[in-house]
Amino acid sequence: MKKRNTIKNLPLYLMMVPGLLYLIINNYIPLFGLVIAFKKIDYSKGIFKSDWVGFSNFVYLFKTKDAFIIFRNTIGYNLAFIFLGTIVSIIVGILLAEVTRKTVLKVYQTTILLPFLLSSVLLSYVVYAFLAGDAGLINSGILEKLGLEKISWYSDPKYWPYILIIVYLWKTFGYNTIIYFAMIIGIDKTYYEAAVVDGASIWKQITKITLPLLKPTIITLVLLSLGRVFHSDFGLFYQVPMNNGLLFNVTNTIDTYVFRGLMQSNDIGRSSAASFMQSVLGFLLILGANALTKKIDKENALF
Amino acid sequence: MITNKKSFKIFVNVILSLLALFSVLPIFLVFMASITEEQTLILNGYSFVPQVFSLYAYKYILFSGNVILRAYLITISVTAIGTFVNLFLTTFLAYPLSKKDLKGRNIILFMVFFTMLFNGGLVSSYMMWTQIFHIRDTYFALLVPNLMMNAFNVIIMKNFFVNNIPESLLEAAKLDGATELQILNKVVFPLSKPIIATVGMMVGLAYWNDWQNGLYFLLMKTNLYGIQNVLNTMINNVQFLSTQAASQGGAAAGSLPSTGIRMAIAVIALAPVIIIYPFVQKAFVKGIVVGGVKG
Repeated sequence: MKKRNTIKNLPLYLMMVPGLLYLIINNYIPLFGLVIAFKKIDYSKGIFKSDWVGFSNFVYLFKTKDAFIIFRNTIGYNLAFIFLGTIVSIIVGILLAEVTRKTVLKVYQTTILLPFLLSSVLLSYVVYAFLAGDAGLINSGILEKLGLEKISWYSDPKYWPYILIIVYLWKTFGYNTIIYFAMIIGIDKTYYEAAVVDGASIWKQITKITLPLLKPTIITLVLLSLGRVFHSDFGLFYQVPMNNGLLFNVTNTIDTYVFRGLMQSNDIGRSSAASFMQSVLGFLLILGANALTKKIDKENALF
Repeated sequence: MITNKKSFKIFVNVILSLLALFSVLPIFLVFMASITEEQTLILNGYSFVPQVFSLYAYKYILFSGNVILRAYLITISVTAIGTFVNLFLTTFLAYPLSKKDLKGRNIILFMVFFTMLFNGGLVSSYMMWTQIFHIRDTYFALLVPNLMMNAFNVIIMKNFFVNNIPESLLEAAKLDGATELQILNKVVFPLSKPIIATVGMMVGLAYWNDWQNGLYFLLMKTNLYGIQNVLNTMINNVQFLSTQAASQGGAAAGSLPSTGIRMAIAVIALAPVIIIYPFVQKAFVKGIVVGGVKG
């Protein structure tokens, strides 16, 4: 009986073959490639025949100043993004839920999501229109008109933490707002009705009803983002500062470092060591984040 | 929240209107730059209200050389083919996984899910694609790595099938002697249009906006560049367009109105997205909600 079932289901299994094959190639084979971090790659010998070198790639990586910088930048920016992004999206989500006219709501939703549609390349064009040395809007349209000195944005690292945070928020706040907005409009109206009868102010309704009911969602989303603090948006950190060496101190993250080592400076050893740490630490962290989520709110845990 | 305070309603609308402007104006600035006469752009800088208009940048793109046109066609074809193949792979994997009594289902589901937690990183997948599959400098480089299917979409799709396709309907089709392919085609797909539209849109946007595959894998054959890679190369290297044009016997470089042209190409790259977006906005918002809450 069992066997007949399997045969009967053969078409179903066959259907899955192309998709699974793609996953094996695209996602599983590269897992074996993690061993590259422990090898000295020699293309003439091939990847798997290259010599084992133990942990020396990691030792080389941590001997450089870069190791500290890329980990600091990756984690630091992520924490800032999570913190500010969450606050902004919740506030805008609450405001958006107050809009009752359908067409107006649609206009707001449509416009705040526009930046999310841009590729990182286009994002860098938009930023360039503001920050370009002579013609950029900020220099020629604002600073010059105010009689202030122009700033060469692309060669001064001190502005970039703020620029990157603003650009990140500009691009993503609409997306995250929509998620919180959907949760807020799902809240049972009778809570608010009862609160109003008791004379609760707007502020009281937000702090005593909306935020407590959002808490599980907020915790879940924050924990899941924390599980990804070793990953950075390559496009944001590579494209927007235009791959400018003067800014690496504040713009280099694990992803940009790995890319440059692999493609530009041919430093595969360190690059693969950093890539390995990102994969493995990232994996452990997401397991930890999920375990925590499970403790707090079983429903929303990933697995 | 409930309130009948007029002032609060006004406050909400003022803030949201400012945020809407904050979102749109930067994109608008790029558009205005693309229709500003080049000298004005250089002298007066970027401006929301340019003093001298000019469509020269667009004319240049239209009439001089086929670099942009070819890149555009490549992006269109990669997006169309990629989205189609992706939807095929995703639905064909998700549908069997929606059947609770399928043997081995949990193992395969875990195998799909695990790819969301752990990956080999850039170095190893780069090595695999270039050393084993040799896709460097081929059209496949734009199509295959990373974008052709992702676990997340498989899982959303599977959940949709589980929750929205009545078991009884599938049973009835089976009793009528329909094969699984027929069931998928005649029963499942028609009922799944919303999720297929949503996933298809997200995938399409990812292909349209992708520049990383081109950056990683197209090293020599820049004539395979899609529009995003052309833009990427141009912002770093103003000369790119002229050398490409010259090598094809197109207009000589020299007096390229570089800034305006670059901005015009950016506008052209964004235009299809902006034009299609209002029509699919609803499905797009739905996609974000489905993805955000259970992901």
